[in-house]
Amino acid sequence: MSAPGTFFHAHEEDPVEAYQNFKFGMWMFLATEVLLFGGLFAAYFIFKYRYHELFVKGSSHLDWRMGSLNTLVLLISSYTMAMAVDAAQRSENQKLIRNLLLTLLFAATFLVVKGFEWIPKFNHGIYPGTDIYFSIYFLTTGLHLLHVLIGMFFIGLLAVRANKGRYNSENFGGVEVGGLYWHLVDIIWIFLFPLLYLVGSV
Amino acid sequence: MSHAHADEHYLQAKGFYNWFFSVDHKRIGLMYLLAILFFFLVAGFSAILVRTELLFPGHTIVDARGYNVLFTLHGAIMVFLFIVPGIPATLGNFLLPLMIGAKDVAFPRLNLLSFWIYLLGVVCVLYALVGTPWKDWLDTGWTLYAPYSVQSSTGVIPITLGVFILGFSSILTGLNFTVTIHRLRAPGMTWHRLPLFCWAIYSASLIQILATPVVGITLLLLIMERIFGIGFFTPALGGDPILFENMFWFYSHPVVYIMILPAMGVVAEILPVFSKKPIFGYRAIAYSSLAIALVSFFVWGHHLFVSGMSYWSRWVFSLLTFAVAIPTAIKVFNWISTLYKGSIRLDSPMLYACAFIFLFTIAGLTGIPLATLATDVHLHDSYFVVAHFHYTMQGGTVIGLLAGLHFWYPKIFGKMYNELASKVGFWMLFIGFNMTFMPQFLLGYFGMPRRYYDYLQEYADLHFMSSIGAYLNGLAYLFIFGNLIYGLFKGKAAAKNPYESLSLEWTVPSPPPLTNFDEVPTVEDWTYGYASEQNA
Ligand SMILES: [Cu+2]
Repeated sequence: MSAPGTFFHAHEEDPVEAYQNFKFGMWMFLATEVLLFGGLFAAYFIFKYRYHELFVKGSSHLDWRMGSLNTLVLLISSYTMAMAVDAAQRSENQKLIRNLLLTLLFAATFLVVKGFEWIPKFNHGIYPGTDIYFSIYFLTTGLHLLHVLIGMFFIGLLAVRANKGRYNSENFGGVEVGGLYWHLVDIIWIFLFPLLYLVGSV
Repeated sequence: MSHAHADEHYLQAKGFYNWFFSVDHKRIGLMYLLAILFFFLVAGFSAILVRTELLFPGHTIVDARGYNVLFTLHGAIMVFLFIVPGIPATLGNFLLPLMIGAKDVAFPRLNLLSFWIYLLGVVCVLYALVGTPWKDWLDTGWTLYAPYSVQSSTGVIPITLGVFILGFSSILTGLNFTVTIHRLRAPGMTWHRLPLFCWAIYSASLIQILATPVVGITLLLLIMERIFGIGFFTPALGGDPILFENMFWFYSHPVVYIMILPAMGVVAEILPVFSKKPIFGYRAIAYSSLAIALVSFFVWGHHLFVSGMSYWSRWVFSLLTFAVAIPTAIKVFNWISTLYKGSIRLDSPMLYACAFIFLFTIAGLTGIPLATLATDVHLHDSYFVVAHFHYTMQGGTVIGLLAGLHFWYPKIFGKMYNELASKVGFWMLFIGFNMTFMPQFLLGYFGMPRRYYDYLQEYADLHFMSSIGAYLNGLAYLFIFGNLIYGLFKGKAAAKNPYESLSLEWTVPSPPPLTNFDEVPTVEDWTYGYASEQNA
């Protein structure tokens, strides 16, 4: 079917232009994401101000060691992601694939640790709605978890495409933009961790 | 299978696939236009039902709950399905690439995706509004205020989900346009040569990107509140309904500027063409759009003056709201200065543009008593507010959309509408509109609260007059759209540039070819270099 200007027959763009547009677009999208979480953070601070005691008590139910472990895991995954971008820019395909897979592995580790945190809480009858603190806890970590899953999906996609040899020093926009997104997921966690886990100690 | 040529114009493609899967910004803009005008008529019809109920005191056609359903239907469809996508998704989509000398937007596929997401949102919203038995139709009002939206047994979750999805569509459109304006301007199209419509779209896009996610999270919280009872908005669980209002208006005030800024942009394009004069104060108009976008984020509290807010917060929000008047007035003064000593032609686009200035000025000035703490206590939640925002939304955005539709109609469709009929339609609308909403300022001032289905005898005359005005208003729209549709079939072919505009979109044939420009144009000058007979 010859149908120019339709979804599967869009006209080709200059790759350098497309890369610049793509990157710019992702920065805009990250701004949206920051505001999305911003609403939740605002709710956090309002309720923390009103119910300080409740937050200290709730926070004491969290295991700061697990939180720290996950912080470390995400930080390392950000590092491997940065290495993946670097590898793509140098056309080192094997290294690119390896770093993408490592990033995926760390992301999966994050999920497993999260599971070890959430499931015992459910077993103890702690859910969103138990009290305001745990509502905030489950909503923020849940929304973040959703972003981890989305990030994993795209990193997996990058790995599949890297395996087909799609990326090199001329064409690495996808990896770089994926990296931007993944770093945001990491940064949001860096803010969530002290707010949720370390309330009692400040 | 026909082989398409590059010089084929965008309307020639036939068939579902060529449209519904089209990544061409012009076709997408046109599909949006069809969709939103359809919902405009649906929501307009429910407004007619609302006004019919209010013709006389007491039960006229529906009971109290039925009335709640009707105004919810009207508000929700108008706001979410019509006016938020509004001018950016339609005229913006169509014109933005043409005006800056680009072949398309930055992400054509994402643009189509935005449209599909919009349709998905439409399905959810319509399900909540009319997809269930009559007794379950949504009755919360479009604002979905807690705590009622937490308690109501109607379809709060589907509409909330729908609006969330629509918000996603809106964000993607704003993102697309922002990148387009930054990155796709033709050589020589500097920021200070950029048409003012593009500046307006740009400012609105920034609001779409930065404000919409906040309502997104608010709506997610509302869903979670209903499913898990997270307690954020429920006092019994330690939450606060006022939190919902704050978060809701953090988006829903700036969204007003998503609606009005593009309409202001349309007017700024029309005035110089029909005055044969360069736009006055180009940079002031351009930067005032950005200023309005910026200030719009810090004024949401004016919706909460009587809902429980500290003395100093009210004071600050009142002051900041007044600040919006400054960039707005800068625009109005510059538009009027553009007209001054111009050789004015009163074709229908120009009539609409002038009506915009007049009606929008009323809208702006009546905003001042609402921003003033002392007077707002009296006017809050009264018909004064209803009249005020209809002067902004209908007198501003809808009139602006109509101005733009009449102005760019020859470019979009390659046809001309009947000019005399469009003028008749304009005057019907102008009279009908003012007759509907002018009495509502008085009603509100005399104490008539909004959203009441019944009223005291003393309000009967003004309500009756307002309803009659609404019928004329409704008829005017049928007449105006009838004329525009008639022109599609029977109108004579339009010239390339019937209004002698200097803007880039008029340098391509009417209707434009699929790829817009054969060659990327080089821009030598700004678009407003009109010379009036006096200057020449
Ligand atoms: Cu407002």
